[in-house]
Amino acid sequence: MTAAIEISGITKRYGNVTALDGVSFRIEPGELFGLIGPDGAGKSSLYRILATLALPDSGSAKVCGLDVAADYRVLRTRIGYMPEKFSFYQDLTVTENLHFFASLFGVSVRENFPLIAPIFGQLEKFPDRKAGALSGGMKQKLALSCALIHRPEILLLDEPTTGVDAVSRSEFWEMLSQLTRSGITILVSTSYMDEATRCGRIAMINEGHILAVDSPAALAGSLGENLYNAVAPDMFGLLTQLRMMPDVIDCYTFGATLHLVAAPGFSPGETVAALTHSGLRDVRIYPAQGDIEDLFIKQIRDGK
Amino acid sequence: MENRDNAISVAGLTKRFGSFTAVDHITFDVGRGEIFGFLGANGAGKTTAMRMLCGLSVPTSGTGRVAGYDIISQPEEVKRHIGYMSQKFSLYGELTVKENLRLFSSIYGMSAARFREVSQRLVKDLEMTGMENTLVKDIPVGWKQKLAFVSATMHSPEVVFLDEPTGGVDPVTRRKFWELIYKASSEGMTVFVTTHYLDEAEYCNRVSIMVDGKISALDSPSALKEKYHASTMDEVFRTVAKDAVRTE
Amino acid sequence: MSILQSLVKKEMLHIFRDRRTVTITLVMPLVLLLLFGFAISTEVNDVRVVAVVERHTDGSRAIIERLRANPYITFQGLTAPGDVDYLLRSGQTDAALFLREEGGRQSAQIMVDAANTTVAQASTAYLRSIIAGPGTVSPVLTNTLYNPQLNSAYNFVPGIMGMIFILICAIMTSVSIVSEKETGTMDLLLVSPVRPRAVILGKLIPYFLLSCVILAVMLTIAYTVLGLPVSSSIADVILLSLVYIVLSLSVGLLVSAIASTRLTALIVSAVVFMLPVIMLSGMIFPIDNMPEVLQWLSCVIPARWYTAAMRKLMIQELGLEYVVEELVILLSMTGVILLVALKKFNTRK
Repeated sequence: MTAAIEISGITKRYGNVTALDGVSFRIEPGELFGLIGPDGAGKSSLYRILATLALPDSGSAKVCGLDVAADYRVLRTRIGYMPEKFSFYQDLTVTENLHFFASLFGVSVRENFPLIAPIFGQLEKFPDRKAGALSGGMKQKLALSCALIHRPEILLLDEPTTGVDAVSRSEFWEMLSQLTRSGITILVSTSYMDEATRCGRIAMINEGHILAVDSPAALAGSLGENLYNAVAPDMFGLLTQLRMMPDVIDCYTFGATLHLVAAPGFSPGETVAALTHSGLRDVRIYPAQGDIEDLFIKQIRDGK
Repeated sequence: MENRDNAISVAGLTKRFGSFTAVDHITFDVGRGEIFGFLGANGAGKTTAMRMLCGLSVPTSGTGRVAGYDIISQPEEVKRHIGYMSQKFSLYGELTVKENLRLFSSIYGMSAARFREVSQRLVKDLEMTGMENTLVKDIPVGWKQKLAFVSATMHSPEVVFLDEPTGGVDPVTRRKFWELIYKASSEGMTVFVTTHYLDEAEYCNRVSIMVDGKISALDSPSALKEKYHASTMDEVFRTVAKDAVRTE
Repeated sequence: MSILQSLVKKEMLHIFRDRRTVTITLVMPLVLLLLFGFAISTEVNDVRVVAVVERHTDGSRAIIERLRANPYITFQGLTAPGDVDYLLRSGQTDAALFLREEGGRQSAQIMVDAANTTVAQASTAYLRSIIAGPGTVSPVLTNTLYNPQLNSAYNFVPGIMGMIFILICAIMTSVSIVSEKETGTMDLLLVSPVRPRAVILGKLIPYFLLSCVILAVMLTIAYTVLGLPVSSSIADVILLSLVYIVLSLSVGLLVSAIASTRLTALIVSAVVFMLPVIMLSGMIFPIDNMPEVLQWLSCVIPARWYTAAMRKLMIQELGLEYVVEELVILLSMTGVILLVALKKFNTRK
């Protein structure tokens, strides 16, 4: 089976900044694939290449089996791209925007409406509202509807959830899962590590390099670290103390607890005793389950 | 009753735009040195509330004191005693690290002599020695973030307002940033912070969650988790915010 | 509906939704034409003059008499020599005439406030002729052709039209394209199957139509309110203007290909195109009086050729055959600019 997206050794430089450095990975048809990494990691540069807006300096990419550099004209009819900013016309109404984007691809809104109906939902209530006057969540839905109206095989979503609150983000991920069920392949990027678990597989990207590609569970399992939780009423005191201990490789905040990466030979009991001795009260240290965020931190630490 | 020990004290604060009530009678106190997480869905009224607290917007009704000054009658004093940092705007990219620091020091009324005294230490604290003369637009995102924080707090304000300070930042830098917050708070600075990362809510001493202009929940993270039978702040937030009627 | 139609329709919606800009676009040409036509006049017709007379003679009396009688001069009276400096300095008078008699011959000195050179030159000329008086020298007969009333509005019409089209076409087109780059919608247009040239045409057609409306408005004003002579050359005037409009649109396109923000587009259009158009097109300052370098420079300013040709067509009422050179230059400029702009627009980086 041909891959939905196949990226081989893509490098892209802007001046003397290397945005992408030998990036390769493969996405199968029907996948909900996440590209996870912080701002400036190179996500948007990769999107622009896959969307046929930019050319790589070296390497190649195939989307739907078509070369992004050579077959870009045909390819453009088969992908749906949603850039980082919600891009549509603020001074046009909801309906005008939708019809305009449909006409660009020579399709009618009516024939493809069933596909976007679940997303468009609430927007139907105010067809004549100017797009600029919509709420953040609504804008996100309109942008997705516009990207989907020509029934693309592959959706390229660049940071669709940035700056959107947790509840709306959750709803958005639901919609994406539904879309993959209807056969659309989705490549979605995010800087929120916790969203990784929503994807079938992910690629972790940082500073233009792909750090790892796999399912979130497999990646979390591959962490291979001796990880503990540590808590105490004085968290900041605990953090500074733990960092100074010899058999603690790394220690960082992790939600309500601290995550502690222990060297072999680390003993939780002895550590608690030592900490209590140096004046910290109610310290508890117990094993922790690592996730993508721990892996990312490990990768960045190892990279240095 | 006004508590002198509170860095922020707000009662019945309301802001209406025409018939729309953006902020609807919010009441809360933030103690000195506290890290206070100000959460809410998009459009819940966080930004409007924050603008009123910073003396940038006049409330329709209600009262508030920030850093000991009345937000309605003494907005200029309020501005002098707070620091403000937002993810969107914080630094001038075309100026160097040192020039940015000097600019903010003079904006906040620090003398040139005092600036010379502290600037060396600031650069060292930031681990940016040798980068003083680099243009800010050329330094990595993470360092910009830290530099912005230092710029907003170098005049030792009593309260610092952070509006989504860590959006899009990698997990390591995000944590380093929070360590700066911890340090500032341990030195007695009050930190008022908004974020979309709910793990960061766990780092706050207390958290409020705004829904449709009102504060629907306010307590320490552990108390909130207990109350809503949740294991993470993420679950708490979803439970509280899921009934929100309005979006931005 | 074809893709091009829907692009044009979308652009029209943008234009008409932005009421303020549409109003400015349509009202500005009107205001400028009327302003230059009526209010800003280079004719000097009210020079205030004082005289200092050492000792009255028949000669000086005659001169004073002529000063009083001259319609272009307001004679403010006689004054002491010591006051002249103050009067000129404080702006209470424009010129002072010193009359004295030396050995039976009348001698005169003119002192003039040259802060405004136009007024100074005109007053000097007026005073000279008054001093010379009738009959002293044989009068020079001046016969003004094409613009017998020396009406300055005539001269300005071609210049203003040259400026307006660059302003509206270049600024509006470039800003509308660049704003799509800024909001990211340009990327969406480009990743769609729409060909870049359709995107460009979709931008140019609406602004071309808008410019045609403006052209109609300006010509109507010029031929009615300002009273330019209506002649058979109107068709040629329209033809030339349409060429110039297309040229201006191409300039806007080129600017949008270079600029990445609305502000840059605005500044580039205004500074790089507007100022030279005003300064070097011959609209205000005659090209022949410029230093040679500037004369050369003025050759690359499209408005120079347009203004020159329009003068011939509108004021001299000549036929198209007299503006072939200008027309060819304008057409080749259009071709070159359009080509460069299209090439810049097409590249994928």
